Amino acid sequence: MNFLHQAVPLSWYLLLSAALFSLGVVGFLIKRNLITVFMSIELMLNGVNLSFVAFAHQWHAVKGQIFVFFVMMVAAAEAAVGLAIIIAVFRARATLAVDRIDLMKL
Amino acid sequence: MHLILFFLFAGLCLAGAINLLLQSHPINSALSLIVVMTSLAVLYLLLGAEFLAAAQIIVYSGAIMVLFTFVVMLLNAGREERTLGSRAARIVGFPAVAALLAVLATLILRAHGLGAAALNQGITSTQDLSRVLFHALLLPFEVTSVLVLIAILGAVVLARRDPDEPSGNRERTAAE
Repeated sequence: MNFLHQAVPLSWYLLLSAALFSLGVVGFLIKRNLITVFMSIELMLNGVNLSFVAFAHQWHAVKGQIFVFFVMMVAAAEAAVGLAIIIAVFRARATLAVDRIDLMKL
Repeated sequence: MHLILFFLFAGLCLAGAINLLLQSHPINSALSLIVVMTSLAVLYLLLGAEFLAAAQIIVYSGAIMVLFTFVVMLLNAGREERTLGSRAARIVGFPAVAALLAVLATLILRAHGLGAAALNQGITSTQDLSRVLFHALLLPFEVTSVLVLIAILGAVVLARRDPDEPSGNRERTAAE
């Protein structure tokens, strides 16, 4: 029964957040598809958000959670603009492979 | 209970993130990213951030991921190919990421004064959150609404087809 009421150390949440961020960086490096690279960026943002929430819980600070709220808003705006750019790039080049999109000029 | 829930959803979260890297088709990566975001929402609930848990599900796994899957289907993105560039990135990238993770983990494990999280403790209600958001941080909140408006305009302008460009295929533009 004691096991059921055990608390989780905050450092485990922070380790999970660091692992998510690192996996995002790995995805950014190894993925070759423009959309999946973009998804890895979202993964990194989520990892950072988790550590914001964990620290807000630690110091009972509401402002940490508000920071996450703003990050979500900026991520939504970023996703809209980024995916529109991806659509425009696909129209111009008919490919999504990042190795073939290496020139600014056509 | 907190421990069990933490392990369950942290495991789901990591499994989804690793699956995102292993899948070669973008739609599978998008679906595993939805798993990651939804299990993160549960972790937010465990940490007492109830408003953020709801916002995470609505904004991230709802709006943003629908946008992602929509674009994947619209562009008919196929499997990705592995090329020389990605191998070079792996040789340089993996040690750098491992070093980054090692430094972060050492810093976190050596930090003093970090508490613990238990159920029914330190819950931030939506009321507390909105009181700070609409009093102390009203101006930044309004500025982000302008930012989102600009993003909508930018998305429409970027995704719009050129009017004088001859359109051969009749694919629909992402004007939403």
